[in-house]
Amino acid sequence: MEMKGNKYMNPYLAGLMLGIVLLASFYLTGRGLGASGAMKSVVVSGVSTVSSEYAKNSHFYSKYLGGEYSPMKTWLVLEVLGVLIGGFISGAISGRLKFKLEKSPKITGRKRIWLAIIGGALFGFGSQLGRGCTSGAALSGMAVMSLAGYVTMMAIFGTAFALAYFFRKNWI
Amino acid sequence: MGPIIPLFEISEEINLLIAFLIGLGFGFALEQAGFSSSRKLAGMFYGYDITVLKVFFTAAITAMLGLLFMNYLGMIDMSIVYVNEYFMSSAIVGGVIMGAGFIIGGFCPGTSVCAAAIGKIDAMYFIGGSLIGILLFGQTYPLWEHLHNAQQLGSLKLSDTLGLPDGLLGLIVIVAAVGMFWIGEMAEKRFKREDISKEI
Repeated sequence: MEMKGNKYMNPYLAGLMLGIVLLASFYLTGRGLGASGAMKSVVVSGVSTVSSEYAKNSHFYSKYLGGEYSPMKTWLVLEVLGVLIGGFISGAISGRLKFKLEKSPKITGRKRIWLAIIGGALFGFGSQLGRGCTSGAALSGMAVMSLAGYVTMMAIFGTAFALAYFFRKNWI
Repeated sequence: MGPIIPLFEISEEINLLIAFLIGLGFGFALEQAGFSSSRKLAGMFYGYDITVLKVFFTAAITAMLGLLFMNYLGMIDMSIVYVNEYFMSSAIVGGVIMGAGFIIGGFCPGTSVCAAAIGKIDAMYFIGGSLIGILLFGQTYPLWEHLHNAQQLGSLKLSDTLGLPDGLLGLIVIVAAVGMFWIGEMAEKRFKREDISKEI
């Protein structure tokens, strides 16, 4: 059921849907959405598997260990598994399931891959320093009017705008 | 009265099931919006596609308004709803690093998972990069520990910081968002890129 000329949902409608999901999360759990937290769980559990002693002695990893459940059986990990399946269902319904390396025709595939890895590494690093990413800090934070949410949102989007000129050849 | 799970001691299994279901909705909404495409996301910063602005702010406003009304109607106890703690330095420095990651990599963590789910290879590498970045942070944590914990200002709200009632701030945010949507829609016409829009 591919829709021609209008393949994605109207963005305001999609935003409304996302907002309702976010609201449901607050109503049910008292917290908003998240994404980088689940990635952190993967890293913490990986490090702990390699050396449990080392992880327990680290000021960073130890914060997420020692609970009743393993770091892989947490709320955010299950939520992000849901994101994976939900995204897949949406892609299947709209006929968008396809292996594709998306990039500007002006750059090589190899360059796109390196940019994705470096960008991901920066985002991952920044999300730990800044206590959450676009989902958990910016979007969820703004919904509860937290100052942290607004500051993080402005820092993320402001920096991306400020640097856009220097990276334009990778995108346009 | 919400929030349901912390108030009614719901079992861990149900809690995790709810997490999965909320994630399903989250991923579905992101993908339907087109957040599974890095060039669509990047369009925000070049003006040819401002879907990010429209979806992000509409979602934030919807949830914000919902919480304001639920609170007003006594449907939710806002005192146990989590308000992000504000550590000024790390919020700013972390946000700047994330912004650089966004324009270089083309995704954020949530959108990369959603894009990888439909087969975007660039998103899969982005996820790999994110894990490396988090590991790097964990391995070098003693270097950042001070910055990470500096200037702890607590769960501050923007409305309290500005000395405004929540409802008035909500109205200001909505007016500001509508203004940005209007400017953004004009930008989309001015910086239109048929070649890219056709592909994404």
